[in-house]
Amino acid sequence: MDKTKPEAASAAPPPTSADTAPEIRADQAVATNGVNDADGDEDLTRLHPNYRQALRVQVILTAIPFIIGSLILEETSVLPPGVIALPIAIVALVAIIRLPSRRFAARGYAMAADRLRVVRGILFRADTIVPFGRVQHIDVDQGPLERFFGIATLTLHTAGNHNSSVTLPGLEHQLAMDMREDIRSHIKRETV
Amino acid sequence: MTREQTAADHAPARHTDPKSFVVQAISGVRSLIFPVAAVYFSMRSSGSLAVLAAAGAALVLILFGALASYLRWRKFTYSVNAEDIRVESGVLSRTARSVPYERIQDVSLEQSLIPRLFGLVAVKFETGSGGGDDIVLQYLAEAQGEALRDLVRAQKDGEHTSGERAADPAGSTGGEAKAQGAASPEAAPQATTPLFTMDKRRLFTFGVFEFSLAVFAVVLGLTQYLDWFVDYEIWDADLWRSTLAQQQGLLAGLGFIGQALGAIAGVFGLLIVGSATGLVRTYLRDWNFRLEDTPRGFRRRRGLLTRTDVVMPAHRVQAITIATGWLRYRFGWHSMNFVSLAQDSGSSNHTVVPFGKMDELVPVMLAAGFAPPDEGSCWHLASKRYRTDRIIVGSAFFVMLAVGLGVFVHPALALVPLVLAGMIAGARYYSWRFHRHALDDKQIFATRGLLSPHTQIASQVKLHSVEVNQGPIAQRRGYATLHLGLAGGTLFIPGIPTDRAFELRRLMLSQIAQSDFSQINR
Repeated sequence: MDKTKPEAASAAPPPTSADTAPEIRADQAVATNGVNDADGDEDLTRLHPNYRQALRVQVILTAIPFIIGSLILEETSVLPPGVIALPIAIVALVAIIRLPSRRFAARGYAMAADRLRVVRGILFRADTIVPFGRVQHIDVDQGPLERFFGIATLTLHTAGNHNSSVTLPGLEHQLAMDMREDIRSHIKRETV
Repeated sequence: MTREQTAADHAPARHTDPKSFVVQAISGVRSLIFPVAAVYFSMRSSGSLAVLAAAGAALVLILFGALASYLRWRKFTYSVNAEDIRVESGVLSRTARSVPYERIQDVSLEQSLIPRLFGLVAVKFETGSGGGDDIVLQYLAEAQGEALRDLVRAQKDGEHTSGERAADPAGSTGGEAKAQGAASPEAAPQATTPLFTMDKRRLFTFGVFEFSLAVFAVVLGLTQYLDWFVDYEIWDADLWRSTLAQQQGLLAGLGFIGQALGAIAGVFGLLIVGSATGLVRTYLRDWNFRLEDTPRGFRRRRGLLTRTDVVMPAHRVQAITIATGWLRYRFGWHSMNFVSLAQDSGSSNHTVVPFGKMDELVPVMLAAGFAPPDEGSCWHLASKRYRTDRIIVGSAFFVMLAVGLGVFVHPALALVPLVLAGMIAGARYYSWRFHRHALDDKQIFATRGLLSPHTQIASQVKLHSVEVNQGPIAQRRGYATLHLGLAGGTLFIPGIPTDRAFELRRLMLSQIAQSDFSQINR
């Protein structure tokens, strides 16, 4: 039950202040609700702050078609004014303000000597550990949006059917490259 | 000429067995049946001319097919080199493919009916690249196929004891001599006692349990297909009405006892047809089933018309699955499969014991490096909250349906969905105690199944990732699903208390992180 508390706490402040609140509260670590104690692992590292901005742009881009659609419906005036556009505008606004921070707060990673831990998800939480000894190959990807914000996505591929690729977005580009080198040095050379 | 030059440092390109083009031409005849039948039926009105036209079409198509398979055979060459196997093929557009020995997971031999009559065998190199990209040599003589398989294995072995292969100049001079050399040590282990075989009596019992009514689906499909050719309108309502009317008169004449006897006879008929289907399918697939433990791995041979010969290296076995059916379980029968890296090709599932008693399964399990759960192993059940939630979620739909029907339609109607909801809730309540897992120092066991247990045993070091998953309900109720990254299969344990899930993950990771991937699959 105590699992939900921090989640609820971060949901408690009104939408306007929520944007900045988690940032101040959790400066370095701990997005994960006391899960660390059970695991005995080290604390989680936060992702790069720019990742929050990138997430926000993503949400805005997703919202734009809906807003345009609702405005067009509004123009045709089949329904009384504001019945469609207003709710959609409110939902979009809340999503744009709240969603990126919550997502950002829910994500984190921990790099240990021989394994990488990736935590993600608000409703559906997933907490994955990949030992470096099981990594098949590693990608560092950078989309246009990520390039603008100077961040990158690190992807570890394993041979398992579940988690055949584990992605860790929102790393500073240079850090992602360094992590890749670091992990690669752990993979013993097998075949070319 | 350029090919000659590039091939200078490689073994000479070789053709498959000359007889294989005959086999391919014969196999092609089967695909002619429908076009020829189409010609015949389309010209049916013109009498004997139709037969002539069909025969002509058949002749032309057969000649054309034979020519095509001859050209394909001419243009298909393979070469066995020091580092890889190369195949060049294609009549109009040429394809050259090279597969290094390190990437060959396994070599399997397969004989279907027609090649078998000619003493030929298809040699398949499994690379685990997912589906159709594997190299298949169709066909080689049986002895040649075996020799090639031994050669590839010898090459793979050489690469393990590093340096040996590099120092071996024979590898580049030609495979044939080496193949002969490698064939003799392989001949000895064939004499070993098999791990598991099925005699005819066992096969019969198995066939009866493989009861299947699939034949009715096939018949139905065929009648639809026949619809095209025959003037018999299966979807014509009038036809059926008149037939039924006749039958009804007949049935009414029989009286009650007659009707009851008829129903019983019908049920018996179904049972007999179903069992016969199961028997035929089982006999075709598992005739002369033989599993041996050779130095190369587990060798499985089976099949009546299509005989397959597969070798599964023991170190590639990632986990084992023990399954059973609700009825055969009551008689103590189980089946066992290997979960293996080279499982991507769907048809070659790695059943090692299709039908056996537990004490027959255990030796195979031990040979693969797995141990059955012993008395001392500490089984953990799923969380009780998980049970409660599953009961609520499972029966919610029918309860709501019952409320809806009871309020808006008729109270009596609510009874049916309520009974269904009760059944689901009961099943989920009862099955909870069968959802359990255990961990020993090397393996993880997971069992589920209400009427028939389904058990998975995985080696901890062969797992590739460990994930703890929690949905919105699970987060609030304090349980989680543990997903384990298993190559070639899936393994997850739902409903574990959150603390236990993280504890399990910690224990397993301490095992996993000690070794590297390249070590565990050698």
